[in-house]
Parts: sequence; structure tokens; C-alpha cells
Amino acid sequence: MLTGCISLFASSELGYVGIDAILEQMRRKAMKQGFEFNIMVVGQSGLGKSTLMNTLFKSKVSRRSVKTTEEERIPKTIEIKSISHDIEEKGVRMKLTVIDTPGFGDQINNENCWQPIMKFINAQYEQYLQEEINIDRKKKIPDSRVHCCIYFIPPTGHCLRPIDIEFMRHLSKVVNIVPVIAKADTLTLEERDFFKQKIGEDLRANEIDIYPQKEFDEDAEDRMINEKIREMIPFAVVGSDQEYQVNGKRLLGRKTRWGTVEVENTTHCEFAYLRDLLIRTHMQNIKDITSSIHYEMYRVRRLNENNMHPNGQPTIHANGVPEHEVLSNEM
Amino acid sequence: MVEEGEGARGVPLSGHVGFDSMPDQLVNKSVNHGFCFNILCVGETGLGKSTLMDTLFNTKFEGEPTQHNQPGVQLKSNTYELQESNVRLKLTVVNTVGFGDQINKEDSYKSIVEFIDTQFEAYLQEELKIKRTLHSYHDTRIHACLYFIAPTGHSLKSLDLVTMKKLDSKVNIIPIIAKSDAISKSELTKFKIKITSELVSNGVQIYQFPTDDETVAEINSTMNGHLPFAVVGSTEEVKIGNKMVRARQYPWGTVQVENENHCDFVKLREMLIRVNMEDLREQTHTRHYELYRRCKLEEMGFKDTDPDSKPFSLQETYEAKRNEFMGELQKKEEEMRQMFVQRVKEKEAELKEAEKELHEKFDRLKKLHQDEKKKLEDKKKSLDDELNGFKQKKTAAELLQAQTQQAGSSATLKKDKERKK
Repeated sequence: MLTGCISLFASSELGYVGIDAILEQMRRKAMKQGFEFNIMVVGQSGLGKSTLMNTLFKSKVSRRSVKTTEEERIPKTIEIKSISHDIEEKGVRMKLTVIDTPGFGDQINNENCWQPIMKFINAQYEQYLQEEINIDRKKKIPDSRVHCCIYFIPPTGHCLRPIDIEFMRHLSKVVNIVPVIAKADTLTLEERDFFKQKIGEDLRANEIDIYPQKEFDEDAEDRMINEKIREMIPFAVVGSDQEYQVNGKRLLGRKTRWGTVEVENTTHCEFAYLRDLLIRTHMQNIKDITSSIHYEMYRVRRLNENNMHPNGQPTIHANGVPEHEVLSNEM
Repeated sequence: MVEEGEGARGVPLSGHVGFDSMPDQLVNKSVNHGFCFNILCVGETGLGKSTLMDTLFNTKFEGEPTQHNQPGVQLKSNTYELQESNVRLKLTVVNTVGFGDQINKEDSYKSIVEFIDTQFEAYLQEELKIKRTLHSYHDTRIHACLYFIAPTGHSLKSLDLVTMKKLDSKVNIIPIIAKSDAISKSELTKFKIKITSELVSNGVQIYQFPTDDETVAEINSTMNGHLPFAVVGSTEEVKIGNKMVRARQYPWGTVQVENENHCDFVKLREMLIRVNMEDLREQTHTRHYELYRRCKLEEMGFKDTDPDSKPFSLQETYEAKRNEFMGELQKKEEEMRQMFVQRVKEKEAELKEAEKELHEKFDRLKKLHQDEKKKLEDKKKSLDDELNGFKQKKTAAELLQAQTQQAGSSATLKKDKERKK
């Protein structure tokens, strides 16, 4: 019951209460606790997923960099490998988890290749839910939920392939998907624009909602910023962890005989936009959408399913995974 | 197949990535949502609780000073929207009305505990809902309890000890000595020591300002030593030198609220608002609320089982909640139906009453009408009788007249006849 609306004097000597000090208190607490971020990369092998991760986080965070002793081989089935790193920048600590999906799209028959990934994502939601409903629960529930899934589109220049559409159609319902055009240095600017246009049409035709989703724009300001981003998606990216000398400066790039592609040069590729979106401006928002929308939807589904089929018939979820499989995953 | 990395490894960065903006991103999100802070003021009537709130937040909150004749302890809560630079705060101030006024104070603490539990319960219910909106939920849980101690100068009252003991596991208690300008400096030191030792010996857990963060550890631990804060509140301004300051003016001097030599008001404001507001909110959520939740769920018969049977406990929990909810729904429906039936009965009875009245009225009117009619008829009859009588008299008179005339005429005729003879 709101009794009144009172405006205090702003920061005058006599009138200053100090309520705005709560911002500093929050910042302090956040710095002390640190942050978590879980990012998944999906795409055929050879599209530069590991390199892009290393470029994004300016360190060897990818699976390849960690396990160099393993032989490079394409797995027979899709594997899901998750590696965590503690990184720190200007006093801000982050636990970054990179989830790799080797084997995706590499088989001859790729039917239902999205299923193991969907299962993994749901398993993380399940784990969080189980901890949340505990009687005696941890002060801070460890968050292993996938916040963002980067989907790598091969630079064919034509349009989306059926596997791309299948994957994004299913997964955009449970996780934030950010599609990128991989190895974009093989496309000219005109080819790139044409490709993006086709992709946009394909996404709209299949009603695929990629991040940032239109329906979650909070206000007009949000919408304005997000519209600009939506116009640019998918970002055409180039990854590199090699530095070269360009015009007297050391820059990350790819050196070819006809020139050097500068990764962070926005006239060369859109890596910088991707990095800004994922890390510098929208990281908190990505996490919020995951926890307050995707996770909540999972929770509602999960809680309702216990009431819907008392006769023991297995339910087929919206995600296409039969119920008994979901349950067995929890054990 | 899922493989987990063995714990997280520290990795050095070779350039600026940009996630150092995360605290800013988090803060911006909170600024957009606004903040919530709920203070409970517990203390006897007349200890200056409302004045202190006004002084702390530099504004005049509504309210009349309460009377001393309340039959029990009631909690009155008011919510205000305050804004300072870009921070919007939804502040709720809850006052205990009538605390300490009763002759028998045994149950005084009960309504306070009940109120705090109700707020926890509301949050728990929201958290357990299937479709929930936690991020836009208006949190009414009490974040800080200011306990006002009367400035007797001796020791804590037993009511204070009992109440604080009942509250210390439910809320962050910050004890303060109210109207401390009634105590001299030397008495104050002794008073504070006595209070602190009494709290310790009775096992009352008051809120400790956190000392785990180096930025504020020093100031917080110093302030911990100054508890309980001796405060003076005032919204009146007095000119001291060439400045207007908030103060209380006595013939022998002026007590300045914001002068740290005069009272601990500045310390209280510093600790409560400027340094530890966020920690108070966090402690409420992670400690007091969790304790309430654990106890409540255990009370309802749930307990954590091994990981193997987890799916069932989840199902059971929600099945039970659902049954409870359906049961309550049914009960409410039944109640409503009964109330409806009752109302209908009452209305029927009312209508019957009205109908009866109307009949009676009608009968009365009819009788009245009949009486009138009879009266009129009687009158008419009597008039008719009179008329008849009159007519008879008239005819009789006429007859008589005719007779006398005839007699007269016959007499005249006789006389004429005799004359003629």
C-alpha cells in the first residue's frame, strides 16, 4: 500500500540522506562475489569456434587449448565438453565456462543432432531447480545454466541450411541463441550483406527468435538499442589469437598474401560488435533473460508435468525428449 | 557424453576483454528496477520513533502521534517512494503501535513476530508458485529492526529482553537508545556497557556490521563497538553560527542532531543507510528468510532425501502444495457458499418482515377505511333518519295544516251557512 511519493533534496548539504550509496554497496558486493558466465559454442568442426572463444576472452579458454595431448579427431557422436576458467580484470573476477559441442553436424546422418544439446541445457536447468527446492540450500546456488549459445553458420553466402534451421528452431525456445557467420573473411561485403538478408528472411519465415528477443524489450530505450543489434545479426566474425604488426601497431589478425584481416577493425569484420554485445553491454541482460524467462519456463513445464499424467503414460515434452529420458538424466 | 573440467583454472588475459563493466551492468539493471527497503521500529509509545524516521530520511512522513490506550500491539505499515539522484527507493516503515502500553505485556512480542513471519510467508508463497514473478515482486520482508530502548540510564527492561530474544533469529536487530539527550555522557557510557553485557548474557544476537570486506571492515568494526547508538531525533532547525542545523533547543543549551559529540545519529545513518543497507537486505534473504523457509517446510513434513529419490520429493512437494491449495480453495468455496446461503436467508427474512409489515399496514388501512366507511354510513343513516324524520314532521305538519285549514274552512262554511239561515 503506497502512502505517498516524496522526492528528497538531491545531494545538498542539509538534505543529503545517502540512499544513493546503495549503488556503491552493490558494486562492492558484486566485486567480492564475482560473476559467472556460461557460454556454449555450436557448429561443425573447422568453423573456428575455439579460435573465436580465445579471441573473445583474450586467453586460451577453449577446449583445444586445454587438452593439447588428445589427437584431433571427429567424434562419432556429439560430445558435450565444458571447461571452466577463472579470469580477472580490474578487480572483477569471473568464472567463465565454455561448453564445446564437438561432433555437431559432422556425421553423415545428422538427424536430431540438436537433441543431446537440448538435453544438456535442460539438465543444467534441472540441476538448478533441484538445488532451489532443497530444504537446506546453499547460500549461492551454483549456476551452470547455459546463458548464451553461439551458433556458427558456415560462410556459404547463400542461405541457411536445413540443419541450421532445425537447430535454431528447437533451441531458441530454451536458450539465448546468437548466430554468427563464421570465417567471414571469405565473403566480400556485398556477399555478406546478401547472405545476412537471406538469413534474416529464413529466420523470420521459421519464426526463430534469436537474442535479443523482441518480446523481452523492456522499454522504448531498450527497443531502440536492440533494434540496431537485430538489424546486424548475424555478426560476420573472424577470429584470431595471433598478433601482427599493422601500421606500427600490434593487432590481432589473420595474415594473408593479399593483406591482413584485422579482427577488431569494424570495417573488416564484426567481431567487435559481437564482443561488445556479449561482454561489455549485454552480459547481465543475457543472464537475466536466462534466469527469469528460460529457466522459469522450464520450471513451469517441469512442475506441471507431474500433475498432467497420473496414469503413468510417458509425456512427450515440447522439446521432443520423452519424459523417462529426462528423469533418468537427473540421477 | 558430458565431461566436466576439474574445477576452474586461472587463466591470464592478454588484453582488455571488457567484462570489468559487469558491476556497472548489474548496478544499472538495479537502478532501472528500483530498490526496496523495509524498516521496523519497535519501541514504547512516545520514544520518538516517528521523529527519528523523519530525521533519518530528511522528510516528513505522515502520521499522528499515537494514543497510549491501545488494547494490544498493532503494526502499522506505510510505504513511501523516495528518490535521490538516480536512485529510486521504495521505503516501508513499520511502527509498533501500543507497544509497552498494556498492563499485561506477556503477549506484546507476538504480533510483531507474526507480522515478520507473514512477510516471509508471502515471499515463500511467491517462490513456491508455479508461475511466479520474483524479479518484479515487491519485497515486504523486514530488512532492519530498530529497537528503541528507553533512556532510563539503568538497564534493559525485561520486556526489551524478551522481545529482542524472540526477534533475533528473525530479523536484523539494531538496538538504539532513544531520546538520549536525557542521559548525561558518563551515565551513557555506563548504560551502554550494561546493555551490551545484558544482551550477551541473555544470548541475544544483534546485527553485527560486516567486517569481511576490507573496504569497510575498519569503519564497521569501530561502529560495532559503539552499539547501541544513542540517538536524538529532530525535524526542527535552529540557527547555530551562520548555519541552520537540526536540533533540540533547551534553556541550558542546544542538542545538535548531526553533531557527533552530542549523539550517535550520524553513526546510525552512516551504518544503516550509507554503508550497510545492501548487507542488511542480503542477510535478511540469505539468513533469516532461509531459516524461516527451512523451518516452515520441515514443519509441513518435507525433508531432503538422497539424490536418488529427489524426483519424488519434488513431485511430493508440489503435489502436497497443490492438494493444500485445492483444499483451501474448497474451504473458501464452502465458506462463500455458506455465507451466501446465510445472506440469502437473512435477506429472505428481511423481505418476509417487510411483507408482513406491508400486510399489516394494508390491513390497518383497510380497517381504517372500513371504519371511515362505517362512520360515514352511520352518519348518512343518521342524516337519512333525520331527513325522514323531518319529512315525516313535514308531512305531519302539512297534514295538520291541511286539517286545520279544512277545519277552518268547514267552520267558515258552517258560519256562512248559519248566517244564511
